[in-house]
Amino acid sequence: MDEQISRRSFFRNVSSAAIAGALAKVTAAAQSVDSLDGQKPLGPEPIKLVLQVNGSRHEVEVEPRVTLLDVLRNRLRLTGAKEVCDRATCGACTVLVNGQPVYSCMKLAVEMQAHEITTIEGLGSPTNLTPIQRALVDCDALMCGYCTPGFVMSLTALFSAKPKPTLEEIKKACSGNLCRCGTYPRIFEATQRVAEAGPS
Amino acid sequence: MGKDHLRYDGPIKVSGSAKYASDVQPDGWLYGMILRSPWPAARIRGIDLRPALSVPGIRAAVTANDPPFTVRYCGEELAAVAGLSKQACLDALRAIKVDADLLPFVVKEEAALRDTSPRVFENLPNAGQPREMQTGDVDGAFGISYKTVQGFFQTQVQLHQCLETHGNTIQVTPEEITCWASTQGIFSVRDSLADSIGMPMDKVHVISEFMGGGFGSKYGAGVEGGLAVRLSKEARLPVRLMLTRFDEALAVGNRPSSFQKVRLSASKDGTLVAYELEAFGTAGYASGGTTAGGGGGAGFPAPYIYQIPSTRVRQTTVAINAGSARAMRAPGHPQASFGMESILDEMALALGMDPVELRIKNDPSEIRRQQYKIAAERFGWNARYRSVASSEGPVKSGVGCAGATWGGGGRDSEAEVRINPDGSVEVRCGTQDLGTGTKTLIAIVAAEVFGLEPVAISASIGDTTFPPSGGSGGSTTAASVAPAVFDACQNALADLRSASGISDPTGLNWRTATARLRINPVVARGRWKEGLSSRGVGGVQMAEVEVDTETGFVRVKRIVCVQDCGLVINRLASISQINGGIILGIGFALYEERILDDQTGVVLNPNFETYKLPGAADVPEIDVILQDMPERGVIGIGEPVTIPTAAAIANAVSNAIGKRVTRLPITPPQILGLLGKLPGNPSGYKSGTS
Repeated sequence: MDEQISRRSFFRNVSSAAIAGALAKVTAAAQSVDSLDGQKPLGPEPIKLVLQVNGSRHEVEVEPRVTLLDVLRNRLRLTGAKEVCDRATCGACTVLVNGQPVYSCMKLAVEMQAHEITTIEGLGSPTNLTPIQRALVDCDALMCGYCTPGFVMSLTALFSAKPKPTLEEIKKACSGNLCRCGTYPRIFEATQRVAEAGPS
Repeated sequence: MGKDHLRYDGPIKVSGSAKYASDVQPDGWLYGMILRSPWPAARIRGIDLRPALSVPGIRAAVTANDPPFTVRYCGEELAAVAGLSKQACLDALRAIKVDADLLPFVVKEEAALRDTSPRVFENLPNAGQPREMQTGDVDGAFGISYKTVQGFFQTQVQLHQCLETHGNTIQVTPEEITCWASTQGIFSVRDSLADSIGMPMDKVHVISEFMGGGFGSKYGAGVEGGLAVRLSKEARLPVRLMLTRFDEALAVGNRPSSFQKVRLSASKDGTLVAYELEAFGTAGYASGGTTAGGGGGAGFPAPYIYQIPSTRVRQTTVAINAGSARAMRAPGHPQASFGMESILDEMALALGMDPVELRIKNDPSEIRRQQYKIAAERFGWNARYRSVASSEGPVKSGVGCAGATWGGGGRDSEAEVRINPDGSVEVRCGTQDLGTGTKTLIAIVAAEVFGLEPVAISASIGDTTFPPSGGSGGSTTAASVAPAVFDACQNALADLRSASGISDPTGLNWRTATARLRINPVVARGRWKEGLSSRGVGGVQMAEVEVDTETGFVRVKRIVCVQDCGLVINRLASISQINGGIILGIGFALYEERILDDQTGVVLNPNFETYKLPGAADVPEIDVILQDMPERGVIGIGEPVTIPTAAAIANAVSNAIGKRVTRLPITPPQILGLLGKLPGNPSGYKSGTS
């Protein structure tokens, strides 16, 4: 390396130099890092990504530090996933990645390439609801609706894994989703109703 | 009316198609963010925005105020930026240079009361003028009563924690401002924006079709709305400025704390005779009873509910260097209920009387006396109250009860109805739906008048170009909007009658009648009138809990709720409100507390990891009896249902362990302390009997 960058010297310099100067240092440091597998580091300037979302191919150009949630909402206009805490504590940003429920606020867009991403928009539409969506409406299992897409994703993943979940399994599947309006009791009721009806 | 009706906007919400203020994206929109004071008190000498403006992607930067100015809490706004991405904004905020002199601060209520403590405002004492009230002869009554009990009870600062944060998407043109707001009061946003920019009100258009929760905290455009407008003007582009979760814990409201020293006495037959309360609490930096967002200071109704002839009450609001309080679902009442119902249970123990019997004896409300009887039967109170004293094993069961009172009621609201020649109906009202089911309620009322199904009615709300209505707070929306819609529909029906020549155009005659309109729709307006709504509801809740005396953990097993709300319009939505209020009350009882660090003055838990919201696993069995009283008109239900929950849970916990719970939230350390398993006396004052 031609210049040793310590964390302390980096922060000290950032506080007194213009951001452009700091960025140049980071770029230089990134370029000079020799990783074990010889891969070139990405960024910090925007890079081109390809994301597979709801069966469609999307090309975006974003900085590597941008989350999947940010890209979905603010670049692809898929605003069903919500930004509520942005730190993996509430589940409002839940999407499916290869069928598994994932907090999209905790995934960098760059690491989500070559994965199948499903958002709420890829499930049903207001006139063509999936069984769990229909049941949530029928049981009045939503109020302000802000947490609802996240719950739908978690429950959709649950039914893929377990067609007839018990109440305990339902509660566990929902344990990563918060609701401030307090719709939990009816979410359980709706999910149990779908479980009893069986797979469709 | 009075039946289960599916939520009108259920499908659009459940499919992720509903657009909230945080989802709206006008062409060219910019991302906005706010720089907040990291210091609890400081004199800001200068703010240098130039480094921020040179960050790539940044299009505007403004200061919140012109230096020099004083900030009085950690989180107060300093500056704001707008740029092409969130990342650019984060970089820009980090680059802003702030020159500040730190000032002394105080963040604990007891400390703030002392004359020697730092003052939040230089020229004002931290403690506001106490509010004092007296009735009867308190000292005389205490002197001659049969039993007196006393206690010191505390409740915490609670945060609203709406899932959608506060904020707006704003588009400014020279002619007008369009604001998509996350709000409970579109007209309050319009008025505050118009005022802050000096623009006529009719040039400010506020839209809020869907919003992700308010709980009392979302009125006016907020500092964030004003900043977004200035950023949008400077950048000549729309700006979406939504707060972060971190911001929400600091600056957009909370429920005031309470510290209640209470004394209560009764005669031998259980009639309450004297009550004395000395209480204080904080509403944040706003001193003297006014707060930045409405809802009053830290005062609350006392004595709560019960009829007591001699009373003396002294309440003080004390300022600290923290974000201002704002009205939070039933402001004042949950604190009041906890203090009152706890001391009442102490009295029941002292007298050897059943707690429900003691309440019925002293409750002036006939509705609530009946509710206690209904609840007791559904809950199995008599069997459970007697048997819990002898709980075997380390996990103890207990039961408790509490009551609520609330106003609600209706006020000015207008609506417009349009009946089209093809039979379709549209109702427009400038009101809000916070998840409360307002749209559905409008459709139900119109459908009832016209003899149609609610799905045949199109209900439009949340737009200041629609007929005006009040803010959605105080549990007044249903009672305001339903009569206005009813009136508009009656007027429209009269017009349809004369236009069609059919004396009863409703129901099966609808298509025939409307077809006679040919090309001209019927358009009629209506307004709220006295007679279809009223004020005053009760509510009773009973709780069964389990307390693990080895870990101190409390589990709520069951809540029975008996609630009235006048005329029930939509049963399905009403019960959802009840579930929600109870779950919020469980959070108040067991988990939630905003914690300030007295060394640094910062909020220690501005996130969901350490500010705990009730989750799926924390929900008990909730058994609701919703009373439909059509003869009383529409009243309102949103708030009474969250008032007595924590009080009932606290009484149940005390009943389980045989020691009085004196502080909310009821945490494991408090339980273990009460059981003598921790050193010291964590509950402070000792409750006692004399």
